[in-house]
Amino acid sequence: MASASPTANNAATTPTKLRVKRFPPAQTPTNTYLTDEKGVWAWLTTVDHKKIGLMYLGAVAFFFALAGFLAIALRTELWTPAKTFIEADTYNQLFTLHGAMMVFFVLVPSIPAALGNFILPMQLGAKDVAFPRLNLASFYIYVFGAIFTFLSLANNGFDTGWTFYTPYSSDSNSAGIIWVTLGVFILGFSSILTGTNFITTIHKLRAPGISWDRLPLNVWALYATSIIQVLATPVLAITILLLAMENILDIGIFDPALGGDPVLYQHFFWFYSHPAVYIMIVPGFGIISEVITTFSKKTIFGYWAIALSSLAIAFIGFLVWGHHMFTSGQSAVATTIFSFLTFLVGIPTGIKIFNWVATLYRGSISMKTPMLYVFIFIFLFSIGGFTGIMLGALSVDIHLHDTYYVVAHFHYVMMGGTLIALLAGLHYWWPKMTGKMYNEPLAKIAAGFIFVGFNVTFLPQFIMGAQGMPRRYYNYIDQFTPFHQTSTIGSYILAVGFLIILYYLAHSLFKGKQAGPNPWNSCGLEWQSTSPPDFHNFSHTPVVIHGPYDYHQPMEEFQLGLAIEHGHGEEHAAADATTSEAVTSETTEA
Amino acid sequence: MANHSATHPKHVHHHFVNSNQQFESAKLGMWVFLVNEILFFGGLFCAYIVFRAWYPELFTQAALELNTFWGAVNTVVLIGSSLTVAMAIRSAQNNQKRGLEINLLITIFLACVFLVIKYFEYEHKLHLGIAPGSFWNPTPEIAAVLDHPKANIFFGIYYMMTAVHGLHVIIGIALMVWLYLRARKGHFNSEYYTPVEITGLYWHLVDLIWIFLFPLLYLIE
Ligand code: HEM
Ligand SMILES: [Cu+2]
Repeated sequence: MASASPTANNAATTPTKLRVKRFPPAQTPTNTYLTDEKGVWAWLTTVDHKKIGLMYLGAVAFFFALAGFLAIALRTELWTPAKTFIEADTYNQLFTLHGAMMVFFVLVPSIPAALGNFILPMQLGAKDVAFPRLNLASFYIYVFGAIFTFLSLANNGFDTGWTFYTPYSSDSNSAGIIWVTLGVFILGFSSILTGTNFITTIHKLRAPGISWDRLPLNVWALYATSIIQVLATPVLAITILLLAMENILDIGIFDPALGGDPVLYQHFFWFYSHPAVYIMIVPGFGIISEVITTFSKKTIFGYWAIALSSLAIAFIGFLVWGHHMFTSGQSAVATTIFSFLTFLVGIPTGIKIFNWVATLYRGSISMKTPMLYVFIFIFLFSIGGFTGIMLGALSVDIHLHDTYYVVAHFHYVMMGGTLIALLAGLHYWWPKMTGKMYNEPLAKIAAGFIFVGFNVTFLPQFIMGAQGMPRRYYNYIDQFTPFHQTSTIGSYILAVGFLIILYYLAHSLFKGKQAGPNPWNSCGLEWQSTSPPDFHNFSHTPVVIHGPYDYHQPMEEFQLGLAIEHGHGEEHAAADATTSEAVTSETTEA
Repeated sequence: MANHSATHPKHVHHHFVNSNQQFESAKLGMWVFLVNEILFFGGLFCAYIVFRAWYPELFTQAALELNTFWGAVNTVVLIGSSLTVAMAIRSAQNNQKRGLEINLLITIFLACVFLVIKYFEYEHKLHLGIAPGSFWNPTPEIAAVLDHPKANIFFGIYYMMTAVHGLHVIIGIALMVWLYLRARKGHFNSEYYTPVEITGLYWHLVDLIWIFLFPLLYLIE
């Protein structure tokens, strides 16, 4: 039984006979992480991964609302071909703000730092992440970096788009760029700390019995994500440092006026930012795998295929950045190679989609809200992925580059993919996090609004993009009016969907029904503790003898824990030999 | 942080099973962080490679302005400090409080020597007007030898690389001073020397990066 586990240093995982007992979680917990420390100060200084996760969730939701509000303003401006209600310069600044906030403040931290922080240690049966104080630090660095970046962007009227391409970013507003880049640098730091923390936690803090082949797929996805974060983010950091020095000292690396090369900047930027799109989507894949098994009550189809394809995507993702520069004067050989490599990304991504669909086959599917979002995800993300492949084709991209087609593509993957997966995860784990159920019919209605609103907003953008509507334009020719207006209407429908979600989630906090420990009857380890969990996540150190998706096994077998108190290693060792407690079940664990 | 037990050593945090797990975690965490650092510097090395490939003659010409002798001295100084930091870890493992303190002090001293030498190198360059970016203003004699139109870009890269590295040295010194203060209070012993070990890892990396910088910048033929 997985004797090759590399965590042999965890006293609890060294091959010994463990005395285990069954611990059915209490229906209504008396002491939970929400009640054990009280007051604002206790929250702000907590090192508990669950509270930090919630604080991240709050911050991400706040920035999402803000950036979403800007999106509505942008769409409203595009109602008419000429000026509708804001000036051209303001328009440029608003789309820069919108894009930068959505990418750096919302999508990058959303799933790993908010949901992942809460769920990862629970899925590993750990009491916390490996470095709890670093975790708290990463939260504050994030908040500080976000506010800082926001103020610098807004104050300096920054209008380069979220990619900060030189020479836009080196000529105009050179005062502002220093602050903006500093802000993004700080945000990157937070991302690196989270990644480092997760990698260490996954390697070193797994509960007895969680071998690599029993790791939930969500953990595999977070693992792949963390690797990308650690490998890609520092490159962004140095790029940004160089860009800042370019402005302070004029060292001439990127700015053509000083003898530098702007395409070099694009290479540097995309070397981070293409992997970064996988920082955004891969954790979403993890959520989909969890939700789809729980609501089909079936073992995942192709466990290793899904686990390893995350790593494959992480790897290939580092080799395709050049597809953003097909038209920037890159050599013909490079473009051809990058185009080919871009097609390769489709393979592991396709593998995932097929395995999810195969998991559904003959499952007993229950169409709860999280599952509804999974279906929406599969539909929208497939469109996003396919159009990505089309953009990866050289001749096609020459035509489509920098048009609304690209805008539609990345919204289908980022919003239709990542954000929908986030919503799936949020609805799935909401009962665990809060102990409360939300209003299911209302949740389904909101999902409907979001699905319809999303497609109404972004499908027309594919068409007008293909017809030549360039992106980031304030005015357009009359021919595009119907498409733009449809798109704007769609964005209002979307907004209604989100408002409904906000309403029923807030409502559930106060008036929601008690969820009970495991409302979805999931085999996942995180569902074998109370909802909400107590400070240490589990009353006893969990012992795992089945895979996370073994729905053919009786539920009791997922509720095993060490037969001794949840203490520390030294005690374990002592207690193991002498415990006289009643043992309901005994197992040899590696 | 409930139920802290009496048998549980003070340095072990509540969420670890035992001291060994904590040590292993800290070490892995540091390794991951070092990977980070390597990629961070990797970006600079990339810029270096690109510009060197474009303007090879610039690099041969400009490198002559760097003082190979002092660069070499600094290399030896840093290698020496890597040795003493390794000895500091060894002392901690063997419960030699005195040895730990002395080795840390020597390491700090060597790191400072490195910075002083670097300072004089910078000083000399700036004096000749070989300054980064818009401060580029070489004296006529220098301008006569350094006649490549993009000479300033080489020094832009030089200053970026060495300054970022120098910043890492300063952070290393701060960490070692902190270790020294804790060592004096007797915080470290064979049971618990994690901070010494992981700072040591960090210091080796700082050293290693210099070992790459030195030939790449100073020894171009
Ligand atoms: C099947 C996988 C994917 C492929 C083959 C693919 C391919 C491409 C290509 C070729 C472009 C460049 C288009 C151009 O500028 O002309 C592009 C742009 C983009 N993609 Fe994807 N993509 C994929 C998945 C994703 C995912 C998962 C995300 C995000 C979660 C994403 C986000 C973006 C963004 C943000 C841009 C445009 C950036 C900009 O110019 O502002 N892509 N994609
Ligand atoms: Cu890309």
